[in-house]
Amino acid sequence: MTNTESRLTLTITFIVLGILVFITLFPIVLMVLNALKPAAEVVQNPLGLPSEIRWDNFARAWEDARFAQTLMNSAVLTGMTIALVCTTSSLTAYVLARKKIESWKVVTFYLLATTTAPIQLFLFPLYFGFAKLGLINNPIAVAFVYSAVYSPFAIMLLRTYFLAVPKELEEAALIDGSTHWQVFWRVMLPIVSPGILTVALIIGLYSWNEFLIATTFLQSQDRLTAVVSFFLLSGNYSSDWGQIMAAALIIVLPIVVLFVLLQRRFIEGMAGGSVKG
Amino acid sequence: MHRLYVVPTLIINVVIIAIPAALTILLAFYRWDGISTPVFVGLSNFEGLWNDRVFWRALTNNLIWTTLFLTVPIGMGLLAATMMLIARRGSTFFQVIYFLPIIIATAITARVWQGMIYSPITGVLGLLDRYGLELSNPLTQVNTALYGVAVADLWHWWGFLCVIFFAALRQVPQEQVEAARVEGATFFQLMRYVLLPGIMPTIALMMIMTIIWSFLVFDFVFILTQGGPAFSSEVLSTLAYRSAFYDLAVGKAAAVSLIISLFGIVATIFYIRIQAAEIVE
Repeated sequence: MTNTESRLTLTITFIVLGILVFITLFPIVLMVLNALKPAAEVVQNPLGLPSEIRWDNFARAWEDARFAQTLMNSAVLTGMTIALVCTTSSLTAYVLARKKIESWKVVTFYLLATTTAPIQLFLFPLYFGFAKLGLINNPIAVAFVYSAVYSPFAIMLLRTYFLAVPKELEEAALIDGSTHWQVFWRVMLPIVSPGILTVALIIGLYSWNEFLIATTFLQSQDRLTAVVSFFLLSGNYSSDWGQIMAAALIIVLPIVVLFVLLQRRFIEGMAGGSVKG
Repeated sequence: MHRLYVVPTLIINVVIIAIPAALTILLAFYRWDGISTPVFVGLSNFEGLWNDRVFWRALTNNLIWTTLFLTVPIGMGLLAATMMLIARRGSTFFQVIYFLPIIIATAITARVWQGMIYSPITGVLGLLDRYGLELSNPLTQVNTALYGVAVADLWHWWGFLCVIFFAALRQVPQEQVEAARVEGATFFQLMRYVLLPGIMPTIALMMIMTIIWSFLVFDFVFILTQGGPAFSSEVLSTLAYRSAFYDLAVGKAAAVSLIISLFGIVATIFYIRIQAAEIVE
């Protein structure tokens, strides 16, 4: 765009963008501010600055939300989901990128359709089926559910990375006598590794934050994820909101740090499939 | 031979999604409590819903939700995205800030709005009320509960659209923009005749996704109001969830799920056509 916008237009622009920044940050600031306050001050004035910084909110949040256990549960579940999605999706994306798409239309259509299927369409039989098989409270089973739900997205994203690899590279390796597996493993995967990292980040974010499936399938005290444990802690109306906001911050902080460090990757990955042009 | 590489994905997907989805379709015609043998009841689950005021309330709420989300966040996103184009300077900064809410877990966002903003005791509204502004907690009023929930979801959602629109706007061919400039187009004319048509495919895709997602909305309603008070903020997905797990009416839940899917299916066909057209190219 050339420099023809008048000073007035620019001023209005920055005012509106500034208001939107304020709206976006307001609840986040409230979360941080109140995480540092004693409960009595939260009740008195949620907007006020803390008179003394109460680090013990974090200690009590850690204790009551049993974060030593639940954060570990979330980390294990997230790790398993990332591993499952990245392995199965990169295999599928490779085939979908290489095969003449005509014959793979059915697979592609099926996968696209499942990305828009409501969770409720398969949740109830799945729950009662898992219950029968003794798979409730089993994080491995939940990792499989996540991977079914998230892998179509991962496949569509990874497919674009595979498409960008020149066909000649693959053909040359095949002529040299490599098997298809060797081509995939030694030639393709290293080239698409940035794509796999992006997928890992986004799938990690989704699984870490997920609520509906986690709260349905992981209900026993020692299996809760951090988010569900936070949900239960904060559901108690007599509770201390300083402590609850501290618990929220413990879950959010690692994600925000990661996001700020790798924002380009997050944004391109999440928005990537959606820009048509 | 390497076409077998799709097998793990397909097995997981079929076992977790396709087979249970087929069972849900069957279950919609049965009465089942989740334990005993299902009893075939024909269309009576659907008849029950037809006569159920809560079901109609939920369906209406989903339609209100769709209308809200087709307008407010898309409008906000477009406005902010074009303004970021004008501002140029600092667009990365704005982008990162606007994107933040989407990376925060919905359960946390919901509680922050509930406790820190809406609550009459610990929230900002309560504080303003004590200063005499007479604001009550929207989540506990029959007339406002749905909107109270929607505002929290809007806050979490619009920035994502803004970032997508901004990315699309930057992909509009520069020559077109320059040509319009040379001919002396004002910014609004540029917007109207070059930029908006240029990103129309992206806007259309986002509207289709909005329609699909509006019928899936669950987290914010379930956490903030559980559909209450008096079912005033009930949506189809919370109705289905409650029927299955609290009332053990799995057949009824399946029928509701089927109706949710039917609403999504038209939008889904459009979605697949747009996405697949690009893939087949």
